[in-house]
Amino acid sequence: MASVVGQSAPTASPEQAQVAGPGRVRGNPWRRPWAMEGFTWLYIIWSIVPIAIAVLFSFNKGASQATWQGFSTKWYVGKGVTSVLHNPSLHHAVIQTLVLAVLTTVICVPIGVSFAIGIDRWRSKTSNGLNFVMIFSFVIPELLLAVALFLLVTQGLTFIKLGTPAEVAGLVVWNISWPAIIVRARLISIGRTYEEAAADLGASRLGAIRRVLLPMLMPAIFASAVLVFASTVDDFVIVEQLSSTSNTQPMSVLIYSNVHGGLSGPALNALATIMLVISLIAALIGFIGYRWLSRGERNKGSTEALTAVAGI
Amino acid sequence: MSAIGNTRDRRNRGLWIALAVPGAIWLLVLFVAPFYVMLSVAGGGVNEFFQTVVPVWNPLHWSSWNFSAVWHEIFGSGAFIGAPALRTLIYTVIATVLALAISYPVAYFVSRYAGKRKTLYLVLLIAPFWVSYMMRMLAWIDLLQQGGFFNSALSFFGLPGNTDWLGGKSVTVILGLVYGYIPYVILVLYAFLDRIDQSLLEAARDLGLSKWRTFWHVTIPLSKPALIAGTFITALPMLGDYYTNQLLSGAPGTTMVGNVIEGQLDSPGEVGQGAVLSLMLLVVLLIPMIWYVVSTARASSENV
Repeated sequence: MASVVGQSAPTASPEQAQVAGPGRVRGNPWRRPWAMEGFTWLYIIWSIVPIAIAVLFSFNKGASQATWQGFSTKWYVGKGVTSVLHNPSLHHAVIQTLVLAVLTTVICVPIGVSFAIGIDRWRSKTSNGLNFVMIFSFVIPELLLAVALFLLVTQGLTFIKLGTPAEVAGLVVWNISWPAIIVRARLISIGRTYEEAAADLGASRLGAIRRVLLPMLMPAIFASAVLVFASTVDDFVIVEQLSSTSNTQPMSVLIYSNVHGGLSGPALNALATIMLVISLIAALIGFIGYRWLSRGERNKGSTEALTAVAGI
Repeated sequence: MSAIGNTRDRRNRGLWIALAVPGAIWLLVLFVAPFYVMLSVAGGGVNEFFQTVVPVWNPLHWSSWNFSAVWHEIFGSGAFIGAPALRTLIYTVIATVLALAISYPVAYFVSRYAGKRKTLYLVLLIAPFWVSYMMRMLAWIDLLQQGGFFNSALSFFGLPGNTDWLGGKSVTVILGLVYGYIPYVILVLYAFLDRIDQSLLEAARDLGLSKWRTFWHVTIPLSKPALIAGTFITALPMLGDYYTNQLLSGAPGTTMVGNVIEGQLDSPGEVGQGAVLSLMLLVVLLIPMIWYVVSTARASSENV
């Protein structure tokens, strides 16, 4: 970004320079591209308005998802209708989603972080192979992993029961690449100098990790924890294959199996809205937490925090 | 890396191995082993009486019975897998191209021209990424149902407004796939395009290239890694998708390979064939996956 500033007025910020910099050849190369800007806004409207309408209809007074009949919260808390609060299966799905998300995050993040540190330092053929397996788990289509896990727990390791244990085991392996990849990238950018300085000053090897490395990794660890949590809330394929009874169906599976018949209607929109709110709260906590943890570091603005909690 | 760092690494090797072990075990038991079970089920048989799967653990005793059954289902008379396989490929190609065509200008604009409003644009682009896939599909089910907003809008403009969009239309499924996967494509493209050195574009202009020639000869070659990553991010999961078409159509005319696999896993006697079909999909995808993994590993080591 900063590289375009060179020829412009010294007072201009990089952004202004991009827009107002002098055109040297034909026309102004940094002119505002109106067509692209319009297209971007069309995309944004297309991507957000349908979701906003679905959220709106969760507050519909009537049972329609197409005709607005006035505001009501009865699909959330109403008695005598299928509301999230009073219908046992809807109610249970919310709890199951939260249980899975918390358990998966608590197991997955420590394992993934320690895996990333270990792999980064233990440079050998074995560690390269393990790293390859980990990245492979990131790119494999989720259905293939889910089918393989289903066969594992039904034909092989049958002591892992279908339901919550199998769901958590599968979700951890599906998500372990988030902390592993993000923390490893951070390790590479930090380099070794701080740890070496700590060691030279007499820190033990574990002490250097705990008092020097971990604090520097905290923003990355935090961002990956938020991503694991949100991706577990959102997960569908693995939990669908590995859930057993309706008691272990989280929100995503319940919505999927009821869209065509069953509990259709605004109660499903209410359930989906609750999922949305959980994810957005996680995103907000992630954004604020990331900024707080990386305070005092140079060049870490809101853009950096935003992309960090989106995993890019 | 300094020589001291290397020596210390060697001395601390036990610690690094200990740190990697829990994750390594988890990956071996729950990622590598499941695919061995899949092979054993595929090479195993069926208990004729109970219609249950009998996995065979010893590779020397694997039978090709399930393989030939699936081969017959794809190419033999009465084949029913060929059409979904072809459909999966066509849907994936069209949806990937559409997703890239929509994402590229948006990501390009936000990475280069957003200026002071970059944070606002990023929030708006990242927002759908945080909305669950189910919610995004449910939103379109609401809009596209008969009597829904989309049909009402069509009648308002004098077009036929009674189309059953959710009754098995390929166009609905393809647009559903695009809508479902596009937030990931945009973010990946943005991440890559944002790192393009602007001074290269500036140099091209200074050397007298027109706007379009700069775009064609400089920007597009520089965006190649972005486009490749975006293609993988969409195409790989789409090839294993079974829920999008189930939600938006549910008709046999739009089934994909994922639906066939799912159906076989649900019917007791056919689990072995489901395993074979999954393995075949895996083998087809193995080459692009390995290529992608190796190229990202190389790119990240070049950036160090």
